[in-house]
Amino acid sequence: MTATLPLISLRSVGRTYRTDGIAVTAVRNVSFDVDQGEILAVMGPSGSGKSTLMNMIGLLDLPSEGAIYLEGTNVADLSEDRRSTLRARSIGFVFQSYNLLARHNAIENVALPLVYCGVGHKERLGRAEQSLEAVGMLHRAHHFPRQLSGGEQQRVAIARALIASPLIILADEPTGALDSRTGAEILALFAALNQTGQTIVMITHDPGIATQCRRTIHLHDGELVGDETQIPLIPKRSVAS
Amino acid sequence: MTMLQGFQIALHALRLNPLRSFLTMLGIVIGVASIVTVFAIGAGAQLRLQEQIRSIGANVLMITPGAVYQGGVRLKDGSKLTMTESDVQAILEQIPEIQAAAGSIAGTAQVIHEGKNWNTTINGTTTGHFMVRDWQLSSGRYFSSAEEAAAGKVVILGSTVARELFAPDADPIGAQIRIMKVPLEVVGVLDRKGPAQDDVAFVPLTTAKLRFLGSASNINRDSVAYIIAKVAADGQMAGARSEIEGLLRQRHRVPAGQEDDFKVQDPAAAMEAQQGAIRTVALLLVAIASVSLLVGGISIMNVMIVSVTERTREIGIRRALGGRMRDIRLQFLCEALVLCLLGGAIGVLSGVTLSMTVARMAGWITSIDSEAIALALAFSIATGLIFGFYPAHKASKLSPIEALKTE
Repeated sequence: MTATLPLISLRSVGRTYRTDGIAVTAVRNVSFDVDQGEILAVMGPSGSGKSTLMNMIGLLDLPSEGAIYLEGTNVADLSEDRRSTLRARSIGFVFQSYNLLARHNAIENVALPLVYCGVGHKERLGRAEQSLEAVGMLHRAHHFPRQLSGGEQQRVAIARALIASPLIILADEPTGALDSRTGAEILALFAALNQTGQTIVMITHDPGIATQCRRTIHLHDGELVGDETQIPLIPKRSVAS
Repeated sequence: MTMLQGFQIALHALRLNPLRSFLTMLGIVIGVASIVTVFAIGAGAQLRLQEQIRSIGANVLMITPGAVYQGGVRLKDGSKLTMTESDVQAILEQIPEIQAAAGSIAGTAQVIHEGKNWNTTINGTTTGHFMVRDWQLSSGRYFSSAEEAAAGKVVILGSTVARELFAPDADPIGAQIRIMKVPLEVVGVLDRKGPAQDDVAFVPLTTAKLRFLGSASNINRDSVAYIIAKVAADGQMAGARSEIEGLLRQRHRVPAGQEDDFKVQDPAAAMEAQQGAIRTVALLLVAIASVSLLVGGISIMNVMIVSVTERTREIGIRRALGGRMRDIRLQFLCEALVLCLLGGAIGVLSGVTLSMTVARMAGWITSIDSEAIALALAFSIATGLIFGFYPAHKASKLSPIEALKTE
């Protein structure tokens, strides 16, 4: 194992937005690493810069100060196209509001990232079936999002995030729109995925969720105010990669 | 993302809203249909004219009687047959550019063969007529000089007359037919030259005068209704024409300053001018039809812009899942292209149907050529690219973060 290089490194990352000449700093001087196989919660009240941080880790945005390294590569050095392709192959997004395409059924939604990886139609559908099976949703493959419950939609969204075997899953308030029982099931699914070695970064304002992750990063007003590793409720197994 | 995937996504998106998709492409449908129809009708009219020009023959001048004065009264053109067989002779002998010439008189009569009869034009002329018009025989022979001199009872049939009087497998050569109670022997059948030209029966000029048409009191024994003359080369048309005019003025003793009592015309040139006019009108109509294509393009652009706005979130999702800017652009460009191509295809089908209906109902000749169809389709593809580009570009430029925030 050559796990010397962290999967993601943030070095003095800052993000300042300028709208109408007024500069607003959303994130300032944040540094931390995420290692392969970790499950990590980024916590903070609303407006603390969580989403800005997630957008940058997810290659949707670039830091205005500092640098983010994905497997040792400074993402700012990559072209916009290259970052998009990297999103398709290496990042799996899970959103609070699921963000499934309403006019496509579950299996088509799951297969969507593979379109941008240049995978052919037949293989896309085959892999989408496997991915749906992994989240226990194969029996709903041909249902449209409106025919699925919130928890089911989020499972489909997780299947979509998994399909390209990403380096990391970025989940933004994945249980925020769900009732507590369904939310717990989704968290259990994430825990199970983590046990197979999947790196997961979860953004939440819910301390109850954060306590289920081994490591929690606290943000306040855009600054990193805490990085603690706690006694895991989910026992972390050693990861063979 | 490949082009093919772009088209698949586009078809999927358009199928979800069939009425809207159809209404969007309607402008293109109408534009392409009108272009195809106008092209078909214009090309048909040109074909018809070309056929007429061909049927007259190349480099042919036609000399017809003009206005004449009788005691100070000016009579209508052609009311007196001022041309004579000796004029024909003089033209042939004195104007070197003239290769062949023939005078004709014509009328209509019933031709009868056994149980069948047919009303047609009887043209009395000389063998020179067929030379002038480059008109070949499909069987038999032309008139002999003896028959021309002695008013022989012989006839050469145009292909339409031959078809109407004889069974398809029968050989008309040597058969007897009757025209105005005069029995005539069929000695030749002419090649096809065009529907308007083939409905005719030729007899020697002498025969026509003596037996059918010469009885009218105002006809001079020597006179002919018109003369056709063949000029050796294309460049000599104008020279030959003015020489004929000079010669005939002299022969007809037209005083200086007075109008000619004849007219020399170049029918092919007149028809070519007409052809030019048709082409101009057709181009004008195509230009008008293109305006509807333009309007169609604008309506596609309009709907695409609305569609991009409606689907901002979808664009955000696709970008987050790894869609590059160019993938988003391709997706929306493909939608515009599919709309235009489908519209173009429906337009071509309706245009072809429409022009065939027009052809049947109005009895016009229409000609649908693949070039016009290719042009119309190329136009609609260009419309799709031009009017689809801006909305597609706009979609690709959306910030994925902002796009994901929209409801």
